[in-house]
Amino acid sequence: MKSLSIYIHIPFCVRKCLYCDFLSFSVRDNYVNQNAVGKMKKYVDSLCREIRSSAAAYKEYQVLSIFFGGGTPTLLPAGEIGRVMEAVCDNYQMADDAEITIEMNPETASGEKLEEYITHGINRLSIGLQSTDDDELRRIGRIHDYSTFLRAYRMAREEGFRNINIDLMAALPGQSVESYRHTLARAAALKPEHISAYSLILEEGTPLYERREEFCFPTEDEDRDMYEFTGEYLAACGYHRYEISNYARSVVPDAGPAVAGCGSAARALYNGAALYECRHNKVYWQRGNYVGFGLGASSMVENVRWTNPADMEQYRLYAERAEAPARSVQRLTLHEQMEEYMFLGLRMMCGVEEERFAEQFGRPMTEVYGEVIERLCAQGLLVREDNTPAWDDNTPVRDGRKAAKGGGRLRLSKRGIDISNYVMSQFLFDETE
Amino acid sequence: MRCAHKTFERKELFMAAIDQSKIRNFCIIAHIDHGKSTLADRIIEKTGLLTSREMQAQVLDNMDLERERGITIKAQTVRIIYNAKDGNEYILNLIDTPGHVDFNYEVSRSLAACDGAVLVVDAAQGIEAQTLANVYLALDHDLDVFPVINKIDLPSADPERVKNEIEDVIGIEAQDAPLISAKNGIGIEDVLEAVVEKIPAPKGSPDNPLQALIFDSLYDSYKGVIVFCRIMEGRVAKGTQIRMMATGATAEVVEVGYFGPGRFIPCDELSAGMVGYLTASIKNVKDTAVGDTVTDAANPCAQPLPGYKKVHSMVYCGIYPADGAKYPDLRDALEKLKLNDASLNYEPETSIALGFGFRCGFLGLLHLEIIQERLEREYNLDLVTTAPGVIYKVHKTDGEVIELTNPSNLPDPAQIAYMEEPVVSAEIMVTTEFIGSIMQLCQERRGRYISTEYIEASRALLKYELPLNEIIYDFFDALKSRSRGYASFDYELKGYEQSRLVKLDILINHEEVDALSFIVHADSAYERGRKMCEKLKDEIPRHLFEIPIQAAVSGRIIARETVRALRKDVLAKCYGGDITRKKKLLEKQKEGKKRMRQIGSVEIPQSAFMSVLKLDDK
Repeated sequence: MKSLSIYIHIPFCVRKCLYCDFLSFSVRDNYVNQNAVGKMKKYVDSLCREIRSSAAAYKEYQVLSIFFGGGTPTLLPAGEIGRVMEAVCDNYQMADDAEITIEMNPETASGEKLEEYITHGINRLSIGLQSTDDDELRRIGRIHDYSTFLRAYRMAREEGFRNINIDLMAALPGQSVESYRHTLARAAALKPEHISAYSLILEEGTPLYERREEFCFPTEDEDRDMYEFTGEYLAACGYHRYEISNYARSVVPDAGPAVAGCGSAARALYNGAALYECRHNKVYWQRGNYVGFGLGASSMVENVRWTNPADMEQYRLYAERAEAPARSVQRLTLHEQMEEYMFLGLRMMCGVEEERFAEQFGRPMTEVYGEVIERLCAQGLLVREDNTPAWDDNTPVRDGRKAAKGGGRLRLSKRGIDISNYVMSQFLFDETE
Repeated sequence: MRCAHKTFERKELFMAAIDQSKIRNFCIIAHIDHGKSTLADRIIEKTGLLTSREMQAQVLDNMDLERERGITIKAQTVRIIYNAKDGNEYILNLIDTPGHVDFNYEVSRSLAACDGAVLVVDAAQGIEAQTLANVYLALDHDLDVFPVINKIDLPSADPERVKNEIEDVIGIEAQDAPLISAKNGIGIEDVLEAVVEKIPAPKGSPDNPLQALIFDSLYDSYKGVIVFCRIMEGRVAKGTQIRMMATGATAEVVEVGYFGPGRFIPCDELSAGMVGYLTASIKNVKDTAVGDTVTDAANPCAQPLPGYKKVHSMVYCGIYPADGAKYPDLRDALEKLKLNDASLNYEPETSIALGFGFRCGFLGLLHLEIIQERLEREYNLDLVTTAPGVIYKVHKTDGEVIELTNPSNLPDPAQIAYMEEPVVSAEIMVTTEFIGSIMQLCQERRGRYISTEYIEASRALLKYELPLNEIIYDFFDALKSRSRGYASFDYELKGYEQSRLVKLDILINHEEVDALSFIVHADSAYERGRKMCEKLKDEIPRHLFEIPIQAAVSGRIIARETVRALRKDVLAKCYGGDITRKKKLLEKQKEGKKRMRQIGSVEIPQSAFMSVLKLDDK
């Protein structure tokens, strides 16, 4: 049976953060009013319709993970997430141990909603904290403060969430290396199972970008100091970096706590340290199949990429059609697949495996990229390891198999991470080739 | 269709009788911005060739570039009909001329085709440096010049003062000068009456052997070379076998005609006194040199016309295609531009950094910019230009003298006895409040003070001798900013003078980049070198390694900057919805690298070569 991950987009926020370039609409302070509630319910109607009508195409697939992203999924009125979960569970084959994540803004947390999520099988919570410094939060337009976050975090633990991610941001306007360290220490002290720590990306078109002159941003050196510190500090706290910006609490197999949604099958599959790595996100980097539902959501199934309409009215029309609509479909060529394999795979600290490459594309990696790899290794940007596990002998098992014997793997060096765009761009083919 | 019909009517009208005494060949000369092109437009409008609805602003400024910059670059010609108050109908050939000092050569060519000139002077600004330069040029060509005072509706207009200024400074009668506003169409008729009255009818006889001056030409893919000429003597018609007296090329005339606004209008014959064009299926652009004399092969005239003195390029730079494969395209484009721009010179050269290109000679920096823009727009070429320089005379110890146009060719310092650089006589007209700052500027640019002449209490004419290489960079800009736009400037080459010159080399990551070398006065070497390094530091992207940028004179480092190694180039986030976008970003990054020039292990963007052309003063 083939595997599938599902992404569900909820494009509503109380207020858009100043750095955000995601597809999302602000429902402002009136999100409780009838108008906004009606609008969100109508959206969920479309979403459920899309989920149901798409199901026929995925009869052969088992769903290993679901991710509610946004926007702010927890902004939806009580009962709405439940409706979506029902639409999925009624129409798709769910794996017993599926990882089901919802993103949450601390301000929108309530005991009632958290209970609803647990009831519907949601077993992972991703909370956007960003910083524990209230001034820093205000500057980037977040609606919550640190104490609100703490309340929400405790509430989530009390409601039974055993797998929680905390989102942090580095290189925020007005942030010092010192205050970042403070944020990181406070977050780690809560012992979440997972921490994502992103360097702020100033995206063109966002208010923060437009107003960038008004703010004092950390220098590039400070940004890298923060990044370096994150890895070192979290390692000391028992976390390992498994992707450029993602850290999971390492677990010794037998001593690990029971995790909701991670039954005995999951335990067998995810032995050891990789237990809390976000399975859903790893699907993106390992080029597994995923389908996105909702406004502007992206999908890739069997090397075909497409994106849903980003206009609300067009999306509604699209979702209501019973049959598969004409969509902007990109069928990836073999070269494009190879490129993606490299630049996505290299985001992960375990890197890319030569044998899997050969398996997927029928050509050895060294034949396709030999010259590039040699050059990047010589420059100290890539590290080639001969079948060495990622960080210890508890090599994670993917898709039910131990990492391949024979053949090496390539990963980014420390310096390679810092300038990974350059490294990754080297794996793109010239158009003429 | 309507246009064609109209044309036909007019043609018949002329066939009846072309009376040489009813022809006036004239041009309009002015300082830049004094309203020359606007007046030309009004005249065309007034004489009814185009209705104002058909009229696009500044009909004669054909090139997009000219409209955008509000300047005239190429001489443009139009034939118009005017019914004068004396009851007669006149043919007026108006030859529009460029206003900028860089294009004096173009002006000179146009003047040779005229019998008189209308001098436009701004009623508020009065006489400016180029007003004088253009008047002197016109008088050199024995033209009758009469003034008109433009922009009289400006609140600051002071026509009486300007009239006196014209009489005092230029010495031509100005009391009855038409007072006009070309912009608002005031007094245009007065100008036309004055043209009829004050500009002499052409001389020459249609019965003499053909003698015609080529004053411009352009290439048409269907008709071949279109030769613009002024018929001095004789006549030419379809079928005439013509000979170019200098090149010796012969051809049979296919078509003759005159210039409608923005188009060519064929006619049966051009005779003495007329201005028009001819085509003769001439494919080789070199056959029709501007300034050459056209005559009848069967019945040639005794002497060619004096023509123009050969124009000398003052400023040189290397022009390279950004994409090396476009080298033949660049060559073709230069050849076509050269056709009606005799002042453009070029010859092939090779640079280690930039590959195959051309060393091109120009009249000045504006000319350089114009040619560069025309190459890019009209011929769709992406170019890299090296720092402009002048021609230096290098006297070697063995007595040989080299004319150096490319700094890379400078001989070993041990072989150089001494070097000379070109010096210009400059005239700067400026209001008295700015005299101090302008004098300081000239001093900074190694100027030698000659004199100050007061034109009136508040305005003076400063005379300086300046090394040409000090004014080709940003002298115009500096002049403008230090006089709040009130200074005007004109210059002519005076000669060569010995000077302490050195070659400044730029080393990037310890490798010399030939395309960035230039010659500079020893005293400015440090300052220039420092600025170059600073500028390049901003232009060269950070690499994986640290890159030193050094300026050196004779192998001695005099300035240094460092491009720090790239520390961060990473996208923190990449999830399901980001992948396509992320890949585009990586592609762009890789594509960007391709557009760079590889010098050793350093990739230099093309913009870096350009940025050092403008080293702003402040």
